[in-house]
Amino acid sequence: MIPGSFDYVRPSSLDEAVSALRDAGDEGKVIAGGQSLLPLLRLRLAFPEVLIDVASVPELHGVRDEGSSLLVGAMTTHYDVLRDPLIREHAPLVAAATSTVADPAVRHRGTFGGSLAHADPAGDLPAVVLAMDGVFVTSSREIPAAEFFADYLTSTLEPDEVLVGVRLPKAFAGWGFHYEKFHRTAQAWAIVGVACLVDRSGGEVAGARIGLTNMGSTPVRASAVEAAVRGGAADREAFRAAAASAAEGTSPPSDLHGSSDYRRHLATVLTARALSAAAGV
Amino acid sequence: MTAAPEIGSARLRSEDARLITGRTNWTDNIQLPGLLHAAFLRSPVAHARITAIDVSEARERPGVIAVFTGADLADEQGSLPCAWPVTEDMVLPDHPPIAVSEVRYVGEPVAVVVARDRYAAADALEAIDVDYESLPAVLDMESAVREGADLVHADKGTNKSYEWVFEAGDIDAAFRDAPVVIERRYVQQRLIPTAMEPRAVVCSAVGDEYTLWSATQIPHILRLMLATVTGIPEHRLRVVAPDVGGGFGSKLQVYGEEVACLLLTKRLGRPIKWTESRSEGNATVHHGRDQIQRLSLAADSDGRIRGLKVDLLADMGAYLMLVTPGIPLLGAFMFNGIYKMDAYHFKCAGIFTTKTPTDAYRGAGRPEATYAIERLMDELAGELSLDPLEVRRRNWIKHEEFPYETIAGLTYDSGNYEAATDKARQLFHYDELRAEQADRRDRGDPVQLGIGVSTFTEMCGLAPSRVLGSLSYGAGGWEHASVRVLPSGKVEVVTGSSAHGQGHETAWAQITADRLGVPFEDVRVLHGDTAVSPKGMDTYGSRSLAVGGVALYNACDKVIDKARRMAAHLLEADEKDIDFEGGAFSVRGVPDQSRTLQEVSLAAFAAHDLPEGFEPSLDSDATHDPDNFSFPHGTHLCAAEVDTETGYVKIRSYVAVDDVGKVVNPLIVEGQVHGGLAQGIAQALYEEAVYDADGNLTTTTMADYLLPAASDLPTFTTDRTETPATTNPLGVKGVGEAGTIASTPAVVNAIVDALRPYGVDDVPMPCTPERVWRALRGGGPEHSTRPGAGGGLGSATEDSRSEA
Repeated sequence: MIPGSFDYVRPSSLDEAVSALRDAGDEGKVIAGGQSLLPLLRLRLAFPEVLIDVASVPELHGVRDEGSSLLVGAMTTHYDVLRDPLIREHAPLVAAATSTVADPAVRHRGTFGGSLAHADPAGDLPAVVLAMDGVFVTSSREIPAAEFFADYLTSTLEPDEVLVGVRLPKAFAGWGFHYEKFHRTAQAWAIVGVACLVDRSGGEVAGARIGLTNMGSTPVRASAVEAAVRGGAADREAFRAAAASAAEGTSPPSDLHGSSDYRRHLATVLTARALSAAAGV
Repeated sequence: MTAAPEIGSARLRSEDARLITGRTNWTDNIQLPGLLHAAFLRSPVAHARITAIDVSEARERPGVIAVFTGADLADEQGSLPCAWPVTEDMVLPDHPPIAVSEVRYVGEPVAVVVARDRYAAADALEAIDVDYESLPAVLDMESAVREGADLVHADKGTNKSYEWVFEAGDIDAAFRDAPVVIERRYVQQRLIPTAMEPRAVVCSAVGDEYTLWSATQIPHILRLMLATVTGIPEHRLRVVAPDVGGGFGSKLQVYGEEVACLLLTKRLGRPIKWTESRSEGNATVHHGRDQIQRLSLAADSDGRIRGLKVDLLADMGAYLMLVTPGIPLLGAFMFNGIYKMDAYHFKCAGIFTTKTPTDAYRGAGRPEATYAIERLMDELAGELSLDPLEVRRRNWIKHEEFPYETIAGLTYDSGNYEAATDKARQLFHYDELRAEQADRRDRGDPVQLGIGVSTFTEMCGLAPSRVLGSLSYGAGGWEHASVRVLPSGKVEVVTGSSAHGQGHETAWAQITADRLGVPFEDVRVLHGDTAVSPKGMDTYGSRSLAVGGVALYNACDKVIDKARRMAAHLLEADEKDIDFEGGAFSVRGVPDQSRTLQEVSLAAFAAHDLPEGFEPSLDSDATHDPDNFSFPHGTHLCAAEVDTETGYVKIRSYVAVDDVGKVVNPLIVEGQVHGGLAQGIAQALYEEAVYDADGNLTTTTMADYLLPAASDLPTFTTDRTETPATTNPLGVKGVGEAGTIASTPAVVNAIVDALRPYGVDDVPMPCTPERVWRALRGGGPEHSTRPGAGGGLGSATEDSRSEA
C-alpha cells in the first residue's frame, strides 16, 4: 500500500488551482478528501504526477442559498452536508443518501464534490444528484447532471477544469424522499441503490424522480418508472407494478456481490420499496 | 489480602489502553539505527515457470541497497517447514521461501528488494522484469484428483498429498437397512484470516547474535524452526513477539518473509523491517477452511443416529506449511459432535491446488466438523418432522453419562447439554419464536423467520503430548510457567503462552493474585520473548488457560510450598503447622504470629538465615502436560429474518449459552465469545476468498472480502452454564474458538429453516443475498468472480464493467 511518487501542490484560489492543473497537463489530479483517490494510489491503480489539493480554495467550501437553489461547495464534507440546515430543509434526500456513505471516518474526510467527480456508479450521491437534475458548476462552465457522468469513473470534466460545487434546485423540498441502499455490510458499496423523490397530491402521484446506483457504468434514471407512476395512485400495488420496469435500459455489472440478473431484479423490488417509503404508504 | 477472589472477577483488561491506542511495541513501531526496508515482488500468476528474472534496473533505483531472487538465496534459504507429516507416505513438496524456478499461487514471493525506505523498496519492485512461462492453474479439488489432471507439483505425479482414514464400529451394519439416510455435500469456503495487525518482521544482528521480532503467535516454535531452516544456531537466535494484534491462527506459521528477512540481515549486516499491506496479506497469509464434505448419516425412524460417514477433500493450497495437513484431521474427532452413534467412518484427502496454502484458522478443523454434524442434525429433524432440539436430545450424551468415550475415541470428561439447552431455549423465547414463524408461514409473509440450532462441542486445550505423538505431530503440547516473587514482594510471572490479544496479562495476574494473595497490581506478566520466556509452546487451539494457566497454577503452588518452608523457619515452627491464607503464613492456632509473603520473600532473598539446603529467592518453574483435551460445549440459537424478495438475511436475535467450565475473568470470556460469534457469523454470511478462472484472487481488498462490523451484527445474548473440567485443577476448558465453531451452523440452519417450506434444504456459504434468492428459485449460476465496482478498487477495473 505504498503509492508511487508524486508532487503535491495546494493552491489557495480557484485560479491557482486551474493553472496548476493546466501546468500538469494530463498528469495532474485534483485531490479533495482523498477517500476515493488515496486507495487507488496506494493500490498503484493510478499514477498521477501531481496532486492538486483544493482544500484551501475558499470558493469550494460550504453550502450557499441562491434563492431557488442551493450551491453545495465541492469541498463540503459529508459530515458537514449531514449537519447543514439548508440541506436538511431543501434537499433532505441528499442528507438521507449521505448518511449511508461508508462510515463516520470516511464521512468526516470525504467530500460531496469529490465523491461526485469520482463518477463512481456505485457511489451513493451520483444517483441522487441525477434524480434532482443538479447542475455541476465548474471553474469554467455549468454542466447538467444528465451530461456529467460519461462512463465508469469518468466525468465530462476537462483535465484543467475544477468542480466548484453542485447546484441543487429547491423545487423538491416538499417532495417525499427516500434512499434505498441494498448492501451486504454497512460499509460496503451498494449492490443497488435507489434514490427516490415523490410529489404527492392527495392520493395521486404528481411527479417522481428516480436515480439508480450501480445499475450501469454511470448512475441512471428510471425514466420508465417515473412516467408510469405519474398521475397514478400512490399505493404499494401501483408502485410495484410501475417498478417492474425499473431495470429497463440498464446494463448493470456482474461481480462477486451480485450478477446483473440479480441486480435487475433488485432494482424492481427496491424501486417499489423506495417509492412506497418516499410516498409514505 | 485481596478483598474479593480474583479468579472469577470481571476485571477490565489491564493491557487494553496501550493496545487500543497503539502506543506500544507493535513490530512496525520498532525503529533501529540503520534500519532497511524490504519489499517482496510477488507472482501475478497462479502457476508458471520462471524462465528469467532481470533485477539489474531495480538495483540501480535510488535508495536500493540490494535485490535478491530465489536463485540468489537458493543455497541457504532451505524449505519452509511442515511439522505434521500425517501419514508416512505424505507427499511433501519443497517450499522455498522465495520461489526459485516455479510459482504456484498468486502472491508467492519471487524476489525481494532491500532499500533505505519503504517507498524506494516499493518503487523498485516495478523495475524487476520476470519472464513467466504459463502452466495450468489447478483450482478445483474434485477435478484435481481425476486421472490425467494438471499437476501443481509435476515431479510428484499427483495432486493428492495424503489420504487419512479413521474407522470405528461397523459402518456397513449401521447403514444396512437404515430407515433414514441423509446424504449431503457441503462446501466449507476458503476464508482469509484477518487480524487487525498485519504481519510484520524486524531482524537485527549484533555479531553472530540474531534477534527477530515478528507479529507471530509462536515465538518459541518459530525460533526452533528458523534455526533449522536457516542454519543459525538456536542459541544465537532470539525471537520476540512484541504486542501482537490478533492472529486467529494466521500467525501460527513460519513464513517465507521471516526466513528471508533473517537471511538478508545476515547477508547485509543491517537491520531490516518488512510490514505487509492488507492486500498483500489477503493473498499471502495462509488461508483457512476450504473443504468439500461428502456426508452420509444413517438413522432409525425415531431419529436415533446409527452411523456417520465423512469423506473430505481438503484444499492444502500450493504447499504444506507448518501444520497444513493436520488441520482437517483435528476435525476428524469432532464430526460426531455431542452425539452417540454406533459407527463412524472418516476419510480425508489433502489436495494441492494453485492457491495460497491453507493452515490453521480459528477453530481449525472443528468448525468444519461442527458445521457438518449440526447441519445434518437439522436435516434429520426436517426429514422426520421433528423439532431440531428434540432430535438432538434423543442423541446427545446425557449429563449422567460423563465421562463418556465417544465413537471417535475421545473421552469427554464433563458436560451438561441439557442444562445449556434449557437455558438457551428460555433466553431465546424459543416457543414464542416458533409461533411467530408459523404465523409468518401462514400469512405468506415475504419476510420469513428461521430458527437455527447449534448444540456444539469442541476439543481444545491442545494438547496431551502423547496424543500429538500418536498423530505424528512434530512437537508436544505442554506449557510452561514460572513465578518469581521479587525481594520487594512484587511478582513476575513468565508464561510460555504467547498472548496476541487474548488478555493473558490480566487473567494470569488474576490467577497469581488469587493463589499468592498479593494485589493484582503487584503482578507483572511477561511473555512472547524467547530470552525472557525460555520455554513454551505458544498460543493456539484455545490452549492458553487450560494448559498454560494450569502450569501457572502449579507454579504458584510450588512457590507457596517453598515459601512455607522459609516461613516455618522464620516462625520456628514445623512446616506441617504453617497455614497460608490471604498472602500470609501463620502457625496454626497462633494467628498473631505471621509472616507475609513479602517478608518471606525478602528473607529468602537476603539469605542470611536459610533452612538447611534452601536455595535463595522465592521462585518456581512448572510445566504442565495435560492428560486430556478439554471439551467446551454450548447451545446457540439464532433467529434470522429472510427477505424472500431480495434474499437478504437479517439476524434478529442470537443466544449463546456456553459452558467453558470455570471462568477466571467473565469479561474476557464474554469478549472471546463475541469475537468468535462475529467470525463464525461472518463465515455464514460474508466471507469468502474468491479466485477467478485463471487462479487470481479477486477478494484482495476489504471492499470485496467482506468483514462484518459491529453495526452488521445483532446484540448478542450470552450466558453460561458451568460444568467444570475434571482434568485440571482450575476446572477450565478454553473459550478462544467456541463462538466461531458454534455460530456458523446456527446461522445457516436458521436460513434453511426459514426456507424449508419453499423446498430449500441448503444455501451455500457465504449465504449472500443472491445465493439465498437463487435457492428460493431452485438454483442458478454461481456468483461472478469479478471484484465489485465500488471505488474502482477491484483488480479487474480495466475490464468492461457492464454486460451487454
